[in-house]
Amino acid sequence: MTTLYTSDHEWLRIEGDVATIGITDYAQSQLGDVVFVELPKVGRSLKKAEAAAVVESVKAASDVYAPITGEVIEVNEALAAEPALVNSDAGGKAWFFKLRIADKGELGGLMDEAAYAAHTA
Amino acid sequence: MLAHENSPLKQTPLHALHLARGAKMVPFAGYDMPVQYTAGVLKEHLHTRKDAGLFDVSHMGQLVLKAKSGKVGDAALALEKLVPQDIVGIAPGRQRYAQFTNDDGGLLDDLMVANFGDHLFLVVNAACKAEDEAHLRTHLCDTCEIVSLADRALIALQGPKAESALAKLCADVSSMKFMDAGPRRVADIDCFVSRSGYTGEDGFEISVPADKAEALVAALLDNPDVLPIGLGARDSLRLEAGLCLYGHDIDTTTTPVEGALEWSVQKVRRSGGARAGGFPGADKILSQFAQGASRRRVGLRPDGRAPVREGALLFADAASSEQIGKVTSGGFGPSLNAPVAMGYLPTALSAVGTTVFAEVRGQRLPLKVAATPFVPNTYKR
Repeated sequence: MTTLYTSDHEWLRIEGDVATIGITDYAQSQLGDVVFVELPKVGRSLKKAEAAAVVESVKAASDVYAPITGEVIEVNEALAAEPALVNSDAGGKAWFFKLRIADKGELGGLMDEAAYAAHTA
Repeated sequence: MLAHENSPLKQTPLHALHLARGAKMVPFAGYDMPVQYTAGVLKEHLHTRKDAGLFDVSHMGQLVLKAKSGKVGDAALALEKLVPQDIVGIAPGRQRYAQFTNDDGGLLDDLMVANFGDHLFLVVNAACKAEDEAHLRTHLCDTCEIVSLADRALIALQGPKAESALAKLCADVSSMKFMDAGPRRVADIDCFVSRSGYTGEDGFEISVPADKAEALVAALLDNPDVLPIGLGARDSLRLEAGLCLYGHDIDTTTTPVEGALEWSVQKVRRSGGARAGGFPGADKILSQFAQGASRRRVGLRPDGRAPVREGALLFADAASSEQIGKVTSGGFGPSLNAPVAMGYLPTALSAVGTTVFAEVRGQRLPLKVAATPFVPNTYKR
């Protein structure tokens, strides 16, 4: 299992041809208290860089972009009931959606943990 | 976030204290202001409703209006040329909400006016303060002196424990009622204290000499009930309280009638009153009092959990292409644990309970017109 990161502060956990996607702890700390999450519909085909989900804090709404191309195969319904999970466990229980990866080649453009740490330093 | 490295933002006398308390600073009305502290907007909001919050609002303008005759009544009569409120009727030691109007009946700013016995004390919005001062000088300089109190800070102490916190430093405050205002000694400092605020909670606004502001705030923050609160929570608190934010919910294009501020225009200034009219835009405003206005500011409660924010367009139904209004303030109300908004609608669609639709990210979300305040206020009348 590999975890990769985007410059837009999303993380991807890669297991086989499935990527689980969420926002980073750094992102949640910048957003502040999350009060609403809008998730994509299961079955939707997302293109890389397409707006896929919305996370709203008390302050503002932010888009979450699809870091790679793929089909949404599962979304985290728990976030609708408890958006604050994003603040308490951004890298774990607060995953947003799972994509069936269309092109593994796209993963090459993403950052590993060390590169992301340098990006947010 | 790098903007304030290049632009010369002003600082309030409490700037160092904000940084020391871990505030996240943002540019606001030309000042480097705390948007939140380490607790975050949600906790700061809830703390203010439960205990007491302390806000630095030193960016706001503080002005003295004094008649050259020495009589406060003359200053009040002069100010009535610029606002549709009954200023003459403000008793000594009392304060009233007012608006500067323009010739079209729109609002140049909203403000607080207090009668301090021999002069009027005005508090105006930060973004408008230079224009407001110039406006006063242009129209009133023949009869009045206008003094900008740039050497004073302004802090607000708001919430159910504001009285007990301030009473430790000023015995007088417990006897004050909502909108009482005047000079008080607080922590051995000469202050101006009003029992008012911008959160819907009981509380106080305290004008303090700039060089004493940090000492006063430190004394207030010594009380574990009191936490510093940023502009983020100030905005969500005032929104839940149904209070207008100038430049958003009201501006030069909205009249007091359209803005649902009729309550703030006393009968003596309306048609048939002893001092009816005589302020800019009086013809339009008074005719709207008689005949109504075509649009009205309303409270809005989205049906779902998605916040509907400022700028969202409003429609009569889920499919209609004709825009009927616009959201002027909107966000999440932490005390309601639900989204809340304000906006303008055609008067015919402004009744409480009416369903309208906001366009958010290409979807039409239903909202209901709702009474304001969304959260009941707790003023000490």
